[in-house]
Amino acid sequence: MSVFIIRRLMQAMLVVLVMSFLVFAGVYVVGDPTQILVADDADQAERARVIAELGLDQPFHMQYLQFLGGALSGNLGESFRFNEPALQLILERLPATLELAFVALAIAVFFGIPLGTWAGLRPESPVAKTIMTGSILGFSLPTFWVGIMMILLFAVILGWLPSTGRSDEITYVLGFPTTLFSLDGWAHILLPAVNLALFKLSLVIRLSRAGAREVVHQDYIKFARAKGLSESRVILVHVMKNILIPVVTVLGLEFGGLVAFSVVTETVFAWPGIGKLLIESISFLDRPVIVAYLMIIVLIFVFLNLVVDIAYSILDPRVRLQDMKS
Amino acid sequence: MVSDTEPTLEVRNLRTHFFTKAGVVKAVDDVSFAVRPGKVMGLVGESGSGKTVTGFSILGLVDAPGRVVGGEIRYKGENIATATDDRMRRLRGREIAMIFQDPMMTLNPVLRVDTQMVEAIRAHHSVSHKEAWQQSRDALGRVGIPSPEERLRAYPHQFSGGMRQRVAIAIAMLNRPDLIVADEPTTALDVTIQGQILYEVQKLCEETGTALIWITHDLSVVAGLADEICVMYAGRVVEHGTVDEVLDQPAHPYTRGLIGSVPSRNRRGQPLTQIPGMTPSLLNLEPGCPFKTRCPDADAVCEAEPAITHPAAGRDVRCHHPVTAGAPLEVTA
Amino acid sequence: MTALQDDPTLPNRAPAAAASADSGVETPFRRFVSDYRESSVAVVGTVAVALIALIALLGPLIAPTDPYDLATVSIMDSRLAPGEAMMDGRAAWLGTDGLGRDMLSAMIYGLRISLGVGIGSGAIAMLIGCSLGLAAAYYGGRVDTLIMRVVDIQLSFPAILVALILLAVLGKGIDKIIVALVAVQWAYYARTIRGSALVERRKEYVEAAASLGLGDRRVLFRHLLPNCLAPIIVVGTVQTAHAISLEATLSFLGLGLPQTEPSLGLLISNGFEYIMSGSYWISTFPGIALLVTIVSINLVGDRLRDVLNPRLQR
Repeated sequence: MSVFIIRRLMQAMLVVLVMSFLVFAGVYVVGDPTQILVADDADQAERARVIAELGLDQPFHMQYLQFLGGALSGNLGESFRFNEPALQLILERLPATLELAFVALAIAVFFGIPLGTWAGLRPESPVAKTIMTGSILGFSLPTFWVGIMMILLFAVILGWLPSTGRSDEITYVLGFPTTLFSLDGWAHILLPAVNLALFKLSLVIRLSRAGAREVVHQDYIKFARAKGLSESRVILVHVMKNILIPVVTVLGLEFGGLVAFSVVTETVFAWPGIGKLLIESISFLDRPVIVAYLMIIVLIFVFLNLVVDIAYSILDPRVRLQDMKS
Repeated sequence: MVSDTEPTLEVRNLRTHFFTKAGVVKAVDDVSFAVRPGKVMGLVGESGSGKTVTGFSILGLVDAPGRVVGGEIRYKGENIATATDDRMRRLRGREIAMIFQDPMMTLNPVLRVDTQMVEAIRAHHSVSHKEAWQQSRDALGRVGIPSPEERLRAYPHQFSGGMRQRVAIAIAMLNRPDLIVADEPTTALDVTIQGQILYEVQKLCEETGTALIWITHDLSVVAGLADEICVMYAGRVVEHGTVDEVLDQPAHPYTRGLIGSVPSRNRRGQPLTQIPGMTPSLLNLEPGCPFKTRCPDADAVCEAEPAITHPAAGRDVRCHHPVTAGAPLEVTA
Repeated sequence: MTALQDDPTLPNRAPAAAASADSGVETPFRRFVSDYRESSVAVVGTVAVALIALIALLGPLIAPTDPYDLATVSIMDSRLAPGEAMMDGRAAWLGTDGLGRDMLSAMIYGLRISLGVGIGSGAIAMLIGCSLGLAAAYYGGRVDTLIMRVVDIQLSFPAILVALILLAVLGKGIDKIIVALVAVQWAYYARTIRGSALVERRKEYVEAAASLGLGDRRVLFRHLLPNCLAPIIVVGTVQTAHAISLEATLSFLGLGLPQTEPSLGLLISNGFEYIMSGSYWISTFPGIALLVTIVSINLVGDRLRDVLNPRLQR
C-alpha cells in the first residue's frame, strides 16, 4: 500500500511540474499588463522602471526559473493590482470556494445516488422516467441562467433567501473558516450551492442509474437474495457498494471541476471566492494572480487524483492486487 | 422408487411465464415432481428447457417480467408459491438454499468472504458477529478449504473457481437447510474439481438429511449422484423415474436422444447433438408435442398435446409413443 | 453451439423481421428513420431544432425590428414590460432591454449569433479533431502517443477553465471565442474518431484498400472516415449544444462577445443588472430560448446515440 502511494505521489509531482510550465508559458503571452499598470501619461523612464520592477524585462526562461524558484518557497509573485502576494490573495478566498464546492458536492451525492439508484432499480416506472428527464434538463440548463432565475424567484419574488454574498458569521473549525455553523450562513450558501450542484447532480444520477442497472442483474445480487437477506441489505450493501466505486472515482475528479466551475456561480451570486477573483484578475491582466490561481487548481486536481486512486483501491480490492503485480 | 416419507418439496403443475413485449414465454409449463429428505432429484435438460427457471421459482426469485402463474410449490406441506415476500425471505437461505452455476459470479466482488457468510447467518439467527464468524469458519473447513481462518478475510477474487464454488456451497449449507437447489454448480469447473465438489455435496446431504435438487444438462453427472431424474424439454417434464429406470429404459424419444448423444457414442452427426429450440422458441410454440419436429417417431397424433402416462409405478412419460419397457436402447438416426 | 446461430426461431431475429415487414424495402436509412421515430420526445426535439434553425436563418426577415439599427432604437423605450407599446406605437411582445431594444428582435438576432458560433466552432473542431484523431489511429506509434497525450491532458481539465484562460490570452471578439471553443472541443472529436478508427482499421477492407496501392490519404478519407461517421455525428450534436452553452456562459462572464453583437448569453447578462428591480423579462426570455435550443439539440443527440450505437442495436 505504501509503495502504491509513493509511486502515485511521484507521478503527481511530475504532473505539477509540467503543468507549472504550461501555465506559465500560457499566461506569459497574455496581453501587455504595462498598458493597464502604467499611467498613460507616464514617460519612457517611468515605464521602464515599472517593467523592471515587475521583472517583465527578463527573457521568458529567466522569468520562468524565477517563478519556479519562488513557487518552491511558496511565493507565486505579487499581484500587480493589489500589491499583495498572489498566493495570499488566493488563500484568503479559497475557503469560501471550497465551502461552496463541498456543499454542492454533498447535495449532488446525497440526492443523486438515491435518485439514480432508484431510477436504475425500477427503470420503467414513471418516477424513474421523471428523474431521468430531470437529469437531461440538469445537463442542458446553463448554470448562470439558472442562478439568475433562482435569484429572481427566491430572493426577488419570494424574498425567502438573500440574493448574493456570503454570511459574515464565520466560525473557525480546525483553522478553516466556515459559515456553515450559522443559519445565516446556510441562507446565503443554499442558492449558490444548489446552483453549482445541478450539473453534478445530473451526472451522479446518470452514473448511479447505469451502475444500478448493471449490478442488479448480476448473479451475486440474486445469490444475496437467495441467502435470505433483507431487501434493504441487498440494496444498501450489495448493490450500493458496487455502484459507489465508479461514482466515487468520477466525483473525486469532478470536485476539481466544481472548484473550476464555481467561477460562474461565484460571479452570479457575488460569492467572495477564488473564481470571482480570477474573473477580475483576467480583466485586469493580473498575471501573477492568474498563474497562482491556476497552480492552486492544478494542485487541487492532482491531489484529488491521488485521493481518488487511494479511495478506489480501498473500495475495490481488485485494483490493489493489479497494482501490486504491475 | 416410492418412499413413504413426506416429501420435503412437492411441485405440482408449476407454470412460470415471462411476459415480454414480443409475447408470453412459457418457460415452465406444467412441471411436477417431488423430493424427499436425503434424496437427490436430478433435473436434466438443455439450456432453455426451463430447469433453471424451475429452480428460481422454488426460491421465489423469478425476475420480472417473469412470474409464477399457476400450480403449487409445497414445501413441507406449505404452498410457498403464494407466500408473502417476507415469508419467502425467511425461508431462503435458512430452509431452502441455492447454489448457482457460475462460481465466478456468485460472490460479490467488493465484499470480503466473511462479510458474505456472516450476513447469511445473521439474516436468520440473532447471534453475535463473533459467533457467526466462527460458524462461518467451521463451514469453510467442512467444504475442504484449507486454513479457513485466513481465507475468511480474503476477497472472492483471491480464490480459484473451484474454491469459490466451495465457498458458495458452504454459504448454502450454513443454516443447515432442508432443501438445496443446485443449478449446474460444477459445469464451470474442471473435471477433477467437479468430482471433488460432487463428492462433498453428496456427503454433506447424506449427513444432514438435506433434500437436493441438482439441475444439470449432463446426464453423466446425475447418473452417479441422483436418486430420481426429471427430464425437462421446452418447459415441461417429459420423463420422470428413478435414475436406473430412466437411464436403462428411457421411454421418451428425447431422453433416448440425450443418452445417445453422449459424445463417445456419437461421432457421425446424430441429429440430437444439435440443440435447437431454446427458451425463446417457447414464444411461438405450436400446439401439440413440442418435440415433434425433431422426433423420429412423430406422426399425426403428435399434433395433439400428449398427456402424462405411467408405464410403471412412479414413472411419468409425456409422449404419444413411449418406448415400452424392455425395448433395446437404439441410437436413433 | 454454432448451430444455434443459424436457428431462425431465435428471438433476436424476430424484432428485425417485424420491423422489415412494416416498412417494405429495408434500407439502412429507412431503418434508421423508423428506429428514430419510436421516441416521440426525440421527434419533438427534432422539430424544435428545425424550427430554431429556420428562425435563425430567416432572422432579419421575421424580426419585428432591427436591434442593431441605432436610428430605430430609442433609449426612451428602455425596459418596457412585455406587451407595452414602444415609441413608434408597436407593441414589444417580450418587452425591451435596458437600451430600448425590442427583446424579441434582439433574441432572434442573438440566436443567429449563438447558433452560428456554436455550429461554426463545432464544425472547425470536428475538422481538426477528426484529422488528428484519424492520423493518430492510422499512423500509430509516436504520432499517436503525442496526439493522444495532448488530448488526455486537455480533457483532464474542465472546458470552462481552458476557455477562460484562452480568452484571457486572446481578448474579446467573435473570432477569438470561436478559437477558444474550437480549442476545448477538438479533443473530444479526436478521441472519439481514434477509438472507432482503430476498430475499423483492423478490419479487412482497410488492408485490402492499402494492398491495392491506394494512398494514405485516400484510405483515410474515403475508407476509414465514412465508417466512423456514426459516433462523430453523436459527439457533434452533443458538443454543439455544449458549445452554445459555453459561449453563453463566457459572454455572461464578460469574456465572450462584444456588446455590439449580443448573443443570447450576453442578453441574459445584460438583464442580470435589472433583476433586482423586477425587470425579469430581459434575462428570462433569452434564457428560455437558450434552454429550448440546448435541450432540443441534446434530445436529438440522445436519440442518435441510442439509435446509432451498434452495441445497443437489436
